[in-house]
Amino acid sequence: MSSFWGAWVTVITLAVIFGCTWLLFQTRKSETFKESTDTTVGHVYDGIEEYDNPLPRWWFQLFVATIIFGLVYLALYPGLGNFKGLLGWTSTGQWEEELQHAEEVYKPVFAKYAALSIEDLQTEENKSGLQMGQRMFANNCTLCHGAAGTGAYGFPNLTDDDWLYGGAPATIKQTITNGRNGGMPPWGPVLGEEGVRDVASYVLSLSGREVDPDAAQRGATQFQALCTACHGQDAKGTQALGAPNLTDDIWLYGGSFEAVTHTIRTGRAGMMPAHKDLLSDDKIHLIAAYVYSLSHN
Amino acid sequence: MIKHETIEKNIGLMVLLIILVISGGGLAEIVPLFFSTSTTQPIQGMRPYTALENEGRDIYIREGCHVCHTQMIRPFRAETERYGHYSTANEDVWEHPFLWGSKRTGPDLDRVGGRYSDDWHRAHLYNPRDVVPQSIMPSFPWLFENRISGSDTAAKLTVLRKLGVPYTDEQIEDAQEAVSGKYEIDALVAYLQALGKTHSEYSNKR
Repeated sequence: MSSFWGAWVTVITLAVIFGCTWLLFQTRKSETFKESTDTTVGHVYDGIEEYDNPLPRWWFQLFVATIIFGLVYLALYPGLGNFKGLLGWTSTGQWEEELQHAEEVYKPVFAKYAALSIEDLQTEENKSGLQMGQRMFANNCTLCHGAAGTGAYGFPNLTDDDWLYGGAPATIKQTITNGRNGGMPPWGPVLGEEGVRDVASYVLSLSGREVDPDAAQRGATQFQALCTACHGQDAKGTQALGAPNLTDDIWLYGGSFEAVTHTIRTGRAGMMPAHKDLLSDDKIHLIAAYVYSLSHN
Repeated sequence: MIKHETIEKNIGLMVLLIILVISGGGLAEIVPLFFSTSTTQPIQGMRPYTALENEGRDIYIREGCHVCHTQMIRPFRAETERYGHYSTANEDVWEHPFLWGSKRTGPDLDRVGGRYSDDWHRAHLYNPRDVVPQSIMPSFPWLFENRISGSDTAAKLTVLRKLGVPYTDEQIEDAQEAVSGKYEIDALVAYLQALGKTHSEYSNKR
């Protein structure tokens, strides 16, 4: 604040406080400073008279107390323009103190678990590390992956051992840190509606579903030409691309014939946000350990 | 010596004194903010909302999102751990009106941009229970049916420019085309994803 505006705030604040004080004392009925009198103000309306009593003593004292409180407050805390207050308090200073305190308390705890590998964190003796991971998972991950990590339509289940991008500890950390961008192009324009249904039939046959064998036969040819680059010759997926295994009957976007045709027709673009700008490495480490534990315990 | 009676019986004098006392608060607390750089200068590197994000912001207001969600992260560790860096006034100099809100039934949204995928926002706005079973947020299925015509988008940006938001002529010219035919959900998700992402001055790592 410039010195002009600092002075402006100071002058007006003090003027209002002292103005109120002046008014309070000026209008006080000092000569009759008693709780009540018999005098009336002198008018009568429908037989009703009004006593001319002074302000009750406790009420008057409350006014004085608030004025004193205000002045003490302005002396201790920032309020009078550029005067910082005798305590030197600021809201951001208090926040920084809180952070510093938390750093002192939690840093050694995080450091202890950061030094351990994700496999080592699965042991009974490091249980509290996993519990910390669970808490942070609850705060940061459950909105998509669910409270139990079982996922939802479009958001992967983390409790089965089926991984789009791989379930090794380092890969899980990589996924949390940098996020993932899935991308399956829409094949409707290429295959046509008939082709989409043929390929869907073939894809469903891979996980042992009853399908029209002729359609599946036609779909197999298309699949070999168009889909194997990502999903692999054996349709078991490619984790480097996040292309799912199509033979295990686990479906991110539903496994009904309609759902699978929709996926093939319009494509999919699942996306997990990167957390490197949101969470510290130590926190990501513990969350990864918890996610790892979901399919390894 | 003024008698209490004098003030009580001279209504003009009482009005004058009341105005004096009340305006003291406004003059000391509000007026200096009009001239302070921390409240009138945008934070380094901030960009205005795009035409689509701005339409999303209007839908956010129309649907009353600000009634349950704040956009004001206070400087407490409990808040910055959850939401990111605390909010500052220079982030909101282009907000007309500001959407700080005053009550949290749902979480603060000031830095929600980038935290969840577009798909998540769409699923969540269509029916929050689909992704968060305990949620009490209303569903907004009509956003997936209504389209934005964009007939007044340029006018909105022009008004905002008059209020000091630095839209270029080109942005205003292209405004209608940028939003026309888009679904309301596209605009709202674009806005939500922009929250906290219009500048990169603060670290939200925690």
